[in-house]
Amino acid sequence: MKTSNLLKGAALGALFAAGALAPAMAQDSVYFANNAYRTGPFSGSGIPIGDGMRDYITMINERDGGVNGVKVIYEECETGYDTKKSIECYEQAKSKNTIVYSPWSTGATLAAIPRAHVDKIPILSMAYGLSSSADGTNFPWVFIPPFTYWDGASVMVKHMAAELGGMDKLKGKKLGLIHLDAPFGKEPIPVLENLAKKYGFELKLYPVAAADMQNQGSLWLSIRRDRPDFLYNQGWGAMNPTAVKEAAKNNFPMNKLVGVWWAGGDDDARAGGEQAKGYKSLSWTLAGTEAPAMQDILKYVVDKGKSTTPKEKVGEALYNRGVYNAMLVVEAVRNAQKLTGKKVITAEDMRRGLESLNLTEARLKEIGLGGFVTPTTISCTDHSGHSKMFVSEWDGTKWTKKGDWVEPLKDEVRPLIEANAKDYIEKAGNWPKRTEPCEKSS
Amino acid sequence: MLYREAGQYKSTYSADMAVFPLREDRIGIAVILGVALVAIPFLGSDFFIASVMIPFLIFSLAAVGLNILTGYTGLISLGTAAFMGVGAYSCYKLTTIFPGVNIIVLILVSGLFSAGIGVLFGLPSLRIKGFYLAVATLAAQFFLQWAFVRVPWLFNYNASGAIEVPQRTLFDIPLTGASATPETRYFVCLGLVVVLTWFASNIVHGKLGRSWMAVRDMDIAAELMGIKLLNAKLAAFAVSSYFCGVAGAMMIFLWYGGGEAADVFSIRLSFNILFMVIIGGLGSLIGSFFGAAFLSILPTALKFGLPALGIPIQGAAAEHVTFMLVGALIIIFLIVEPHGLARLWQIGKQKLRTWPFPY
Repeated sequence: MKTSNLLKGAALGALFAAGALAPAMAQDSVYFANNAYRTGPFSGSGIPIGDGMRDYITMINERDGGVNGVKVIYEECETGYDTKKSIECYEQAKSKNTIVYSPWSTGATLAAIPRAHVDKIPILSMAYGLSSSADGTNFPWVFIPPFTYWDGASVMVKHMAAELGGMDKLKGKKLGLIHLDAPFGKEPIPVLENLAKKYGFELKLYPVAAADMQNQGSLWLSIRRDRPDFLYNQGWGAMNPTAVKEAAKNNFPMNKLVGVWWAGGDDDARAGGEQAKGYKSLSWTLAGTEAPAMQDILKYVVDKGKSTTPKEKVGEALYNRGVYNAMLVVEAVRNAQKLTGKKVITAEDMRRGLESLNLTEARLKEIGLGGFVTPTTISCTDHSGHSKMFVSEWDGTKWTKKGDWVEPLKDEVRPLIEANAKDYIEKAGNWPKRTEPCEKSS
Repeated sequence: MLYREAGQYKSTYSADMAVFPLREDRIGIAVILGVALVAIPFLGSDFFIASVMIPFLIFSLAAVGLNILTGYTGLISLGTAAFMGVGAYSCYKLTTIFPGVNIIVLILVSGLFSAGIGVLFGLPSLRIKGFYLAVATLAAQFFLQWAFVRVPWLFNYNASGAIEVPQRTLFDIPLTGASATPETRYFVCLGLVVVLTWFASNIVHGKLGRSWMAVRDMDIAAELMGIKLLNAKLAAFAVSSYFCGVAGAMMIFLWYGGGEAADVFSIRLSFNILFMVIIGGLGSLIGSFFGAAFLSILPTALKFGLPALGIPIQGAAAEHVTFMLVGALIIIFLIVEPHGLARLWQIGKQKLRTWPFPY
């Protein structure tokens, strides 16, 4: 009855078995799987990020012949920002012995966190994912540098206070949070609620369902009614340009609209046209190609035709985030090589490399990014670093840094992270206790 | 030659009415079960089991559920994903409230909640038919998905709104949670799917199933023959939603292992399962399996299989090729055989009976 099905199954089985063996690791290389989404409603944000990651890794392979002579094999697995496909990609990455898993979606990170602790594959969720995973004691396999969404929310409150002229001026003000109605969007709510209580401002929530990302008309009617003093936009993909456009249409003062770092793409702001001038977003990577490392990408990769990125897109805000993420991977590999003395490292070595990653200003200068990105230090207990960020502003054609580097309110965020991490592992039941020894920071 | 009924005499009524009247079919089923129980778990790689077989089994069960409603009773539903979601969230709540009860029992019980909700949203089916009913069930989809996001009690007031699947064991072997091996999860899925499919086969071959088919073919005639439309239609909704609910609970607990559940049970999943049923064959259990294999295994096979065979497409290109190929195949299959893969299968068997001397 089901024989044809069965034949198909058997053939596929053989196929996948072959697939698992096929990329027999060439001698000196490490395999790095990256989830990408160049298709689907989030591709507007996914493409520049994927380009940045790919180009930086290609640059390292071309310029230096890899990390200390070890080539990084970079492979993208297309997810379309769909959790189901991300799980497939996780299984695929695992079967190919990836040194680190890069989920690129909070939903995918949430699904991977429990598995990674069993499979012993480090997750690098750069400034996204589960905020409480910054607690390295309970989440030894998850890394969330350079900061979490909760740090971002606290910087938003600080920015609001700075604009108003002091933390005491926050009393009685209204902060609106436009957020994607999904784990990613809901992440900052607990911190903002806490801070609202502490500083006496009011928090208004404006959830956007994933299906309504490009249809925010009714939401902006409520915003007009409530008249919040500031708006924080925790959006992604097609939601961001829509929010900027709606703000322009509804005459919401653009300089009061601040996006989380993922809402700070060039295309997001460009959509608002002339009126988008003054739109702000949090960031930790300067846009542009002035940094020496960016120049090397142009020289070794883009100009040589080894990239599919259009030249004018190199150096855009999200592209540079991709570069930063790839840089973290490369530096962690380097660090792991130093710690273990091995050239070709495993996922377990990579975890040690990530845990003792110390990107000082001096080190960043050496790799050609000094002054252009935030320095960060990861430690055994702190898997995030809670590093500094800045507010960047759209000037009509590009993102520019406004003001100084700002530290998040670590004292507010850290206790919440630890409490939430505890809650998470309690609910999960039988959460593996950390057995991995702590690494000394290098 | 190999597959023919010559020499097999049916001497009793029950032998004549058997689901698999031919010895060859019975042998075939035994072989399939043997492969599913022995060959796949022992020979398949973890990736194959976790990303191909488990999704296939779960989608098959959901497709069987929808087929009962759409294929056997003729009621179109676009709320499948929502009913699956009810199963998943009930299972999550149940295992939170009764952590001691075995998770397999809870997965089966959570289908009952889904059945209840299904009956509720099935009530309009008495007055409205066809596309209008599809729109009415669409309301279930939107309302329930809204509830999954908006009712924090459902996800235990978790800050991120995600479901975290706790570890549950049977005889100290973890069945759910991260430490459950793909093989264990596969066996649980397989057991549930086999038992429930057998159950479904008995229902559709029995009195209830025949009354559904009568309603499907012409409801006024069915009513005149003494079939109560209310009971038959609501029973179809209940049974169908039960299957979908169990599939939903399995999806989150045995496949996804937690995460962004509200987003999983979106309208896209409803459509996907409806397509599985249409492509597989309306009113056919085997068709549900074919449809699920076509729409769940094929994209994965193309995406990961082609690069594994040495065809150098990766990432986004593989995804685009998959979209195009699957789309083209859907059209081809529907042109070649509008009654679905199950009908093709039937034709194939018919031809095989007379092979090699067709008359």
